[in-house]
Amino acid sequence: MNRVDNISVAGNSNATDQQASAAARLLSPILDGEARWRLLTLIVLFVGAFIMALPFLWLLSSSLKPEQEIFLFPPKWIPNPIRFQNYIDALTYKPFGTYIANTLWIVILNEIAIVGSASLCAYGFARISFPGRDFWFGIVLATLMVPYFVMMIPQFVIFSRLGWTDSYLPLTIPFFFGGGAFNIFLLRQFFRTLPAELADAARIDGCSELGIYWRIFMPLAKPALATVAIFTFLNGWNDFIGPLLYINSPDKFTVAIGLATFRSVMRTRWDLLMAASTAMIVPVLLLFFFAQRYFIEGIVLSGLKG
Amino acid sequence: MATSNLFFNPLRPKTNLQRRTVTGYLFISPFILGFLLWFLIPALTAVWLTFTDWNLIRPPRYVGLDNILQLGRDTLFWQSLKVTTIFTLASVPVGLVVSFLLALLMNTRVRGISLFRTIYYLPSIVPAVASAVLWAWIFNTDFGLANVVLTALGLPKIQWLQDPSWALPALIIMSLWGLGATMVIYLAGLQGIPTVFYEAAEIDGAGRWAQLRHITIPLMSPVIFFNLIIGIIGTFQVFTAGFLITDGGPQNSTLFYVLYLYRNGFEFLKMGYSAALAWVLFFIIMALTLFVFKYVGGLVHYEDTQ
Repeated sequence: MNRVDNISVAGNSNATDQQASAAARLLSPILDGEARWRLLTLIVLFVGAFIMALPFLWLLSSSLKPEQEIFLFPPKWIPNPIRFQNYIDALTYKPFGTYIANTLWIVILNEIAIVGSASLCAYGFARISFPGRDFWFGIVLATLMVPYFVMMIPQFVIFSRLGWTDSYLPLTIPFFFGGGAFNIFLLRQFFRTLPAELADAARIDGCSELGIYWRIFMPLAKPALATVAIFTFLNGWNDFIGPLLYINSPDKFTVAIGLATFRSVMRTRWDLLMAASTAMIVPVLLLFFFAQRYFIEGIVLSGLKG
Repeated sequence: MATSNLFFNPLRPKTNLQRRTVTGYLFISPFILGFLLWFLIPALTAVWLTFTDWNLIRPPRYVGLDNILQLGRDTLFWQSLKVTTIFTLASVPVGLVVSFLLALLMNTRVRGISLFRTIYYLPSIVPAVASAVLWAWIFNTDFGLANVVLTALGLPKIQWLQDPSWALPALIIMSLWGLGATMVIYLAGLQGIPTVFYEAAEIDGAGRWAQLRHITIPLMSPVIFFNLIIGIIGTFQVFTAGFLITDGGPQNSTLFYVLYLYRNGFEFLKMGYSAALAWVLFFIIMALTLFVFKYVGGLVHYEDTQ
């Protein structure tokens, strides 16, 4: 399998190379070196990709094995029989349906909170000039540098004083206040790329600042908002430490906590554990494949335009 | 509209600047409120906690500098610092270099390259809990993938998670699986370098190495710098792997700093001591960031020198 793929990749590279520089290679012998370089590149990339993919293949293979085939050495990569029942067993052993519903509820609240409040703040920072704006934006950047774990203990003390433990309040309410420094930063960067004339024209027509934000800038910011929404979903879906600290009742568990608990009761049922893990990973992968463009957008907006 | 001017209202904006100031602050008010509620108040709480002995049940007791003095005597504190430092020193440089090389190899227009990019990127979006469960199985001594690979290479099996000298390396290997995120940031940076630079260099007869040395690396230095800082901040907050896979063991060989912080807070219920640990984390990250800015930042080449 390994070798066959290698050959086909090599063949591909030659074909592309020929297309790209068929005329030039006749004139210059340097491009032959170029072709060799590309072949080497593809071989290295292929080996690397194989290493990166191996844990996924292992995960999938283990998740479909009958229990006795899990404990074979050397392992059987293709289970016989392929046992899809593992997924049903794993996801019904613990009420994963409830966990998924709980997680989605938290995520939906976070989406409303973050998209709403981060975009308001970002608009203020990007589009209105007022005294103290740069000071407060400096604070936004400063909070960005402070790790979650530094604030974990005092925040827990405050939330437990408020009687918010074992509820979703600590996992949702704070996001209504600014929606996270990173999201403000990202949306501000985007709002700044939009032409100022849009706002000026609307202002002359008597449109309020809130109207300009909502009717002109928000529709134009859809790509950036989609990026924020996607990362909000990922953070909510993946968050472990938050629910670990605040959620105690099993009926309020999120998927992450559910899977961690499942692991602690199913020490050696790796078939079921892999099925449950796969089930947690699949939505994330699907999201990536449907919204790839916005993933890249987020990286570019956050890292490079700053 | 006109009726609102009939009565005296000290808040009614008179000039354009005043109007903009009021509007601006209204827009960013969610952030300001959030900053006060979930940042400033917790920070002050953390200062107070540092000087108290409190287990959340008995009333808090003022202990002066006891919590801070205890740090020096606490061998587990030093152990957790050591573990985190080793993890950072191994994981960050290797991750930075490998992902940079991968990004260089991937920055070519070859058909099928986007498939490679996807394969390398996907592991970095796998939820931490699912990843932890998967890697706990991969590093299983008797039937895990890691030992399957070692055996296939003719090497002896390793007791990855039971051997104090191998548990941390295992988690470092696991962390490198997620280097695709860094790679994509590099890739976005590489694609922003104008091709004219390379064309000019080629005309001047500069080889591949010279182009890398004199064009790519200087122009990419801000991105490398960004990834270095993000990497350091990230490795100081590794929690889930140590918590779920090894539980800090064996013999505290994977007792990450934030895991020790979590234990003091939520297992030993030492709120005061864990607040002191959180301050130490804050100052370490500040000091490292400043250090990196001072000594590495000078090597960064910025295009626009305005």
